[in-house]
Amino acid sequence: MSRKIVASVADALSGLKDGSQIMVGGFGLVGQPDVLVEGIVELGIKDLTLVMNGAGQTPGRSVSLLLELRRVRKMICSFPRSIGCNLFSELYAKGEIELELVPQGTLGERIRAAGAGIGAFFTPTAAGTLLAEGKEQRVLHGVPQVLELPIFADVALIHAWRSDPIGNLIYRGTGRNFNPIMAAAADLTIVQTNHLVALGEMDPETIITPGIYVDRIVHVPDVIPAT
Amino acid sequence: MSDFKPYGRTELARRVAEDIEDGWYVNLGIGIPLLVSDYIPEGREVMFHSENGLIGMGPKPAPDAIDPWLVNAGKQNVTIQPGGALIHHADSFALIRGGHLDLCVLGTYEVSGTGDLANWATNDKSIAPGVGGAMDLVVGAKRVWVIMEHTTKTGEPKIVETCTYPLTAVGAVTRVYSSLAIIDVDRNDGMTVLEMAPGLTFDALQARTGVPLRRAPDLVETPLEAAQ
Repeated sequence: MSRKIVASVADALSGLKDGSQIMVGGFGLVGQPDVLVEGIVELGIKDLTLVMNGAGQTPGRSVSLLLELRRVRKMICSFPRSIGCNLFSELYAKGEIELELVPQGTLGERIRAAGAGIGAFFTPTAAGTLLAEGKEQRVLHGVPQVLELPIFADVALIHAWRSDPIGNLIYRGTGRNFNPIMAAAADLTIVQTNHLVALGEMDPETIITPGIYVDRIVHVPDVIPAT
Repeated sequence: MSDFKPYGRTELARRVAEDIEDGWYVNLGIGIPLLVSDYIPEGREVMFHSENGLIGMGPKPAPDAIDPWLVNAGKQNVTIQPGGALIHHADSFALIRGGHLDLCVLGTYEVSGTGDLANWATNDKSIAPGVGGAMDLVVGAKRVWVIMEHTTKTGEPKIVETCTYPLTAVGAVTRVYSSLAIIDVDRNDGMTVLEMAPGLTFDALQARTGVPLRRAPDLVETPLEAAQ
């Protein structure tokens, strides 16, 4: 029953390899599983592709630290700039990191598509712009649309507010963001949860992510998003 | 040179707020557009959507009442109104693309006479580009209003025949609230001036605009004295 619960962050991340494509939940710092990300730093794996909304905003910590240590080869994201951290821009200007820039809604839908078994979809977002270059465009229902493909991942790192032993999850506030769709899109889904409750304690009507998507759970209490 | 008084930023935010109708769901872009929420007239029920999954966004919290788990699209701490709802990112953008938002308000570098919009990137290759949700919002919302300076710091028109910066979307803007005028935009029919800053003549506005403008039937030139 508690097969998915692991004792430590190191256990949660065991087996992760160089070259992995890793999804990181969060918008701003809310719902971003920083303890797992810093575990990735400890693990020392490199040549990573990160899929997330931003590209780090806390110099010396978490995603920014991975970038500083040159462990990340490529970012797939919608907004790699941050007021508090210029690191991505510096690496990008020097040609030391690749960028696939994706409109935020297209990013979300491509992740959702991966988890939902959708092979591709057309969206009006970015039609006629630089971000549609090299992609098939077609007029559907009178509207120019762009063909977009799913984004899969080897690993998804998720920050939940509450989990039970089989990985049914709820989130808190705007910490939900990309977490539920990323949880479904990866081969291996790893959850950092503030609260771990007994089986049966969660109201089935309120569960946002069902445990079917979750592989490993590590209990990290008292995490508060930095402000 | 005629003497006129441009609209200030808070005045534009107030004007936009006055034009938002009771019952609308509205997304406000980062920066000046966010000010709009401070000026919604009393008694109008308007729900603000933040694309990171918050419907019913409320004002900035008091310093001693910050919930670190609630931020807006600009990553600033916000509150949630009674009746608010939380959703995940794919749902948040489904409601955007699905045409359920009544209005999106945002800033821009340039607008073309047919409503093309360029607000996400300059041509400076040394800066990493960031697009966020702008491209989704402007193709999805029922109305797209932009708040902007009418000209650049050097006096060049920001309303142009063809945008020189990378496009956010083609034919998306439906109204411009500029420092000089309020202008309706139709992607087939071009631009119609609804209101002008006090003291400004139509000819002076046209001289500062890169595309031909049309007068709304009830457009008036307000003398500067009358506005003071």
